[in-house]
Amino acid sequence: MSTETLRIVWIYPDLLSTYGDRGNVLILARRARQRGFPVEVLEVRSDQQLPTTADIYLIGGGEDGPQALGAQRLLADGGLHRAVAQGSVVFGVCAGYQLLGTSFFAKGTQYRGLELLDLSSDRGETRAVGELAGEIDARLGLPPLTGFENHGGRTRLGPGVAPLARVTTGIGNDGNTEGAWRGKLLGTYSHGPALARNPALADLLLRWATGAQQLPPLDDTWADRLRAERQTAVAVAARP
Amino acid sequence: MPLRAKVASSVSRTAAALSRAAGRGDGSVIGGWLGLKIDPDLLAHLSSGRAIALVSGTNGKTTTTRLAAAAVGVLGRVATNSFGANMPTGHTSALAKAGSTPYAVLEVDEHYLAQVIEATEPHVVALLNLSRDQLDRAKEVAMMAQLWRAALARHPDIRIVANADDPMVVWAATPPASHDHQITPPHVTWFSAGQRWHDDSWVCPECGSTIQRSGDQWWCTGCALRRPEPQWTVDEEGVVDPTGAWYKVKLQLPGKVNVGNAATALAVAAEFGVRPFDAVPRLGDVTSVAGRYAQVVRDGRTVRLLLAKNPASWLEAFDMADLAPTLLSINARDPDGLDTSWLFDVDFAPLRGRQVLITGDRAYDLAVRLDVNDVPFQHVRTFDEAVRAVPPGRLEVIANYTAFQDIRAELDRVN
Repeated sequence: MSTETLRIVWIYPDLLSTYGDRGNVLILARRARQRGFPVEVLEVRSDQQLPTTADIYLIGGGEDGPQALGAQRLLADGGLHRAVAQGSVVFGVCAGYQLLGTSFFAKGTQYRGLELLDLSSDRGETRAVGELAGEIDARLGLPPLTGFENHGGRTRLGPGVAPLARVTTGIGNDGNTEGAWRGKLLGTYSHGPALARNPALADLLLRWATGAQQLPPLDDTWADRLRAERQTAVAVAARP
Repeated sequence: MPLRAKVASSVSRTAAALSRAAGRGDGSVIGGWLGLKIDPDLLAHLSSGRAIALVSGTNGKTTTTRLAAAAVGVLGRVATNSFGANMPTGHTSALAKAGSTPYAVLEVDEHYLAQVIEATEPHVVALLNLSRDQLDRAKEVAMMAQLWRAALARHPDIRIVANADDPMVVWAATPPASHDHQITPPHVTWFSAGQRWHDDSWVCPECGSTIQRSGDQWWCTGCALRRPEPQWTVDEEGVVDPTGAWYKVKLQLPGKVNVGNAATALAVAAEFGVRPFDAVPRLGDVTSVAGRYAQVVRDGRTVRLLLAKNPASWLEAFDMADLAPTLLSINARDPDGLDTSWLFDVDFAPLRGRQVLITGDRAYDLAVRLDVNDVPFQHVRTFDEAVRAVPPGRLEVIANYTAFQDIRAELDRVN
């Protein structure tokens, strides 16, 4: 951490907060505080300058127009690139994941992305809507991913990133892989409050940000029940 | 009416009656569906000769339609789809069932507004609000505003009653800037009913710039779009009309949000020439709307049902609910939308300090949400268990669509 306090920045909630994206901010802050870290959350609107010294940056989902505008503002601002160069953690969801790549499609036009992750996105023929599940990259040491996806994009990963997960249900990037990560940057199509269903993923981001090898376990009774229920629902739906 | 339309209308009524008799719902969908199969123009035929108002928006349309029908009732008989069947099949069925009436007030699903405007040639259209609602299926908010705008621009003769507090609605009600000055500007009456939910309108639908807010006012920082001066406004107890006259509105429906719905209903009725003075007493006769706000006594508990379908309507439900034990029930079946992410768009903090119970298919999603929100709760498996878990007195129930229907069915079964 750059200071005693864990600083979390929510990037452009005025543009990129389509569906429960605030959940990720709330969950990270709560899980950090429960481990005794003082937390400061900054919501940075698109007409404000991005601070460059925060520990974790979150980018949520959005409609086409706001996504294109968000990418444009972030490129002009340059703050996120400086933060990444200093080792900050970035977590992007859905539209926020796409715009971390080299290019994405919105409103029928190709837009330049932030080029922080080696991936590019275009339109799929169908919209991917429904439960999303997958086995997460073993190097990250996490239990399976569970979430809900709702996007029209398809994402091609370049050699500079690894897939976050291998898809077992849903579409993700292309029906085979889902999300991507490199260093302390991670993105997923599991939209909205992805961390609500994946507390271990929240803890991974916190470990990256704090440098802690391990974090004390928390009471995740309800999240565990939710995960089990969703995994059962997906398994039942998959039965022939 | 052409013969084909007469036959279709008669079949539609009969089918609806059969469906009701068979206990298969109120029949308003099946009847309309059959009628439209026989005569695809049936809705247009049934509309001709009637002065019609359409009411659309994400929230409040069922209640506002019920109140507006009561207000327009000052002038004569009003056909209305009071069961909330708000797609063309439901409109067809409602008009066929009502027979010949001089007036109709129809609730319209926001996705069907353009289509229903074409079919019914309404005198007035009321635009309530646009906010996120089941994004796994529904069109995104800005796209919906665009569809409304295009439909209304094709009919500059329609009178519009629109919400001045919602930038998406204001933009939809205002025609695109045109070089052809021959086009008559539409007649818009603006109302302000207070709006708690702002999260879907931070970006200008016209130019993409940021929308600023201060108090009641809002304006785009990049173009001319800004809050128009409303002609109809509300306070805690009453409605102010365009002449500045204040009318005390005593409703049997709870919350300030319903005073706002009443103001909209009065503005709609005024477009037909109804004076608020004559209409206000009729609004007080409306008790529950399709089971919403209904109170049922069960084992010494007075149970009140509030429907909350999306983030904006949850905020309104918290406003309406008394400080009493509260049961929250969440499903995510097809009519609800399959995605529960919106739970994190709602701040449940107003529920702190009261006994909170949760149930429903997706109670665990809600449990995780409430946990993060520092709202203590108790999980119950059934509605019965919830009733037994609270002391005698009031029990508020806030539920989303199918969860609401489940609890209604449960109450109907016993009572």
